[in-house]
Amino acid sequence: MRRLENLDLGAEPMVIEIGPSHPAMHGITRMLTKLDGEVIVDLDVDIGYLHRGFEKEAENSNYIQIVPYTDRLNYVSPLINNVGYSMAVEKLFGLEVPRRAEFARVIMMEISRITDHLTCLGAMAMEVGAMSVFIWFVKAREYLWELVEEVTGARLTTNWTRIGGNANDLPDGFLSMLSDRLTKVEAVIDEGDAMLLRNKIFIDRMKGVGILSKERAVSYAFTGPMLRACGVPYDVRRADPYSVYPELDFEIPVGSVGDCFDRFLVRMEEMRQSMSIIRQASEKLPAGGYLTHDRRASLPDKLDVFSSIEGLIDHFKIVMEGPKPPPGETYTAVEGGNGELGFYIVSNGTGQPVKCRVRPPCFNFVAALREMCIGHYVADIVPIFGSVNMIGGELER
Amino acid sequence: MTASAETPNSAVPPLTALLQAAFPQSVRDRHAQGGEETVIVRRQGMLDLFRFLRDDPRCAFDLMIDLTAVDHLPRTPRFEVVVHLKSLAHNHRLRVKIPIEEGQEEVDSISALWVAADWYERECFDMYGIRFAGHPDLRRLLLYPEFAGHPLRKDYDHRLQQPRVPLRAVRERHDYEMRVQYPEGVEKPRNPA
Repeated sequence: MRRLENLDLGAEPMVIEIGPSHPAMHGITRMLTKLDGEVIVDLDVDIGYLHRGFEKEAENSNYIQIVPYTDRLNYVSPLINNVGYSMAVEKLFGLEVPRRAEFARVIMMEISRITDHLTCLGAMAMEVGAMSVFIWFVKAREYLWELVEEVTGARLTTNWTRIGGNANDLPDGFLSMLSDRLTKVEAVIDEGDAMLLRNKIFIDRMKGVGILSKERAVSYAFTGPMLRACGVPYDVRRADPYSVYPELDFEIPVGSVGDCFDRFLVRMEEMRQSMSIIRQASEKLPAGGYLTHDRRASLPDKLDVFSSIEGLIDHFKIVMEGPKPPPGETYTAVEGGNGELGFYIVSNGTGQPVKCRVRPPCFNFVAALREMCIGHYVADIVPIFGSVNMIGGELER
Repeated sequence: MTASAETPNSAVPPLTALLQAAFPQSVRDRHAQGGEETVIVRRQGMLDLFRFLRDDPRCAFDLMIDLTAVDHLPRTPRFEVVVHLKSLAHNHRLRVKIPIEEGQEEVDSISALWVAADWYERECFDMYGIRFAGHPDLRRLLLYPEFAGHPLRKDYDHRLQQPRVPLRAVRERHDYEMRVQYPEGVEKPRNPA
C-alpha cells in the first residue's frame, strides 16, 4: 500500500451555498459560504426573498390602509409595528391618544415582545438540539396568542391600532385572563431556564460564539437586545420615552461580552421585565375611551354616523379620502423585539404618504453576520443566526 | 473653535446652529419642525460634515440609524437622501438631508464612517438608483440582479410586472483536483456526475 506521506493532497476553499430554503435559515436567507474544512473563510448573505414592496404599497394606500401592512413586518410581534406606525402618523397630525388606549397599547406591545422573544429563544434552543424547549416555548406562545386573539381577533395579523387610538377596547374579563396566562407563561420560562442556562452542552455551543465588540456593534448601529448584550444600555423606551413608559418601572438587562449566550440571557430577562410591565400597566389601567374624538383621522361611532349629519360627513370623508395629515415629516421610533423600529413618514398633505419608511432593526444584524461568522465553524452559524433573530418580514419588508 | 462654542449654558445653541456655523458652505438650511432637528446640506463637502458629526464631542453621533431616499417627483430637486443619526452619549438625534437633482443621482458614501451605511446604501441604490461614490460593493440587495428599474421611484408603477428571468446556467461543478500520483495504468477516479 502506498504510504500517506507520498500523497500530495491539495486543498482549496469550498464554496457551499446554504440555500434559501433551509431549516436553519429562519425563513429564507441565502448564505454563500467559503469554507476551509469546517472554518468559514468568507460569507456572503443574500437576502430579498421575502421583499414584498411594503414601502411602494404604502405610497399607494391611505394611512388607515397601511396598518394591516405593518402587521406583516415583524410578524412575531405585530402589535409593536402597529403601535409604532400609528404613533408616527399621530405625531404628524399632532393627535393625543386617550390614556386608557395608551395603557392598552403598552400591555399589548409587551405581550408581543414576549412572543417575539419566545420564538427567537425557542428556535435557538431547537437548533442546538434542545427540541423540548422549543415545544415548551411554543406552548407558552400559544397562551399569549389566546390573549391577543381575545383583544384583536387574530393571532398574528392583528391590525389593532388606529390613528388616534385602537380599534376596540380591551374586552371584559381580559385582565383576569391576562394574569392567569402570564402565570402559566412564567412557569414555562422557568422550565426553559432550568433546562438550558446551566446546561454544559448549551453553554459550550453558545459561549464565546459570534462575539462582536462594542465599538463594532455601535458602528453597525446595532440596537435592542444585540446591542445590550454587548454592554450598551440603550433602550428606546428609556432614551426617547413614548406612550406611558415613563410611568412604569422596569430594568434594562445588559450583557457584557456580546456573544450568543449573552444575547440569550438578555432576551430571557427581558421577557420577565415585560411581564412586570404588563402587571403594572394592568393595575394602572384607567377608565376612558379607546379612540380619540378628533375626527381628522378616526372614524366616529356608528350611532353618530347614523343620527347626525356631522357624523355622516366625517365618516364619509375618512372612508373616501382617508386621513390627510398636514405636510411634514417625522421619524418615530419604538423599541421593537429586535431593537429600534423606526417609522419615517413624509406627508405632502394628501391622503397617501410620499414616503413611508420602516427602519428595520434586524437589517443591521444581518449586515454584521459576515463579520460575526468569519473564523467560526459552519456549525456556529446556527447559534449566531439564531441569536440575530432575523425576521424576514422586517428585514426585507 | 467657533464663537458659538463659548456661549453660556443658558443660551446653548441648537446643534443645527452649531453645524451651520462650522460648515457655512455645506449647510443650506435647518429646521426643527415637530421637535426633530433637521439640517439640509449640499453634496459638496458632505463627508467632512459627517465626519464632524461622528467625531466632534459635542455631536458624537455614533449610531447611524437610517439612510434612505425620498422621491419628490414632480418637485425639484427630485431626490433627497435622508440620514438619521443618534448619539448614545448625548442622547440626541439629527436628520441630515442631501437634495440631489434628477440626472445627477450620486452622493458620497458614508460607509467608511459607519459600517452600518454599507447595506443601507446598497438598498437605496437598489430602490432608487442613487449611486454612492466610494462604496466598497454597490450592488442590489433586496432585488435580484436581473431586475430592470428602480421600484421606489415615483415613475415606476407599483402594478408593473417584471418579465420572467430565464433560467440561469448552472455553475461549473467544483472539481477537486487532488494532486495524487497514481501508478501507471490506473485511471484517476472521476467524481460522480
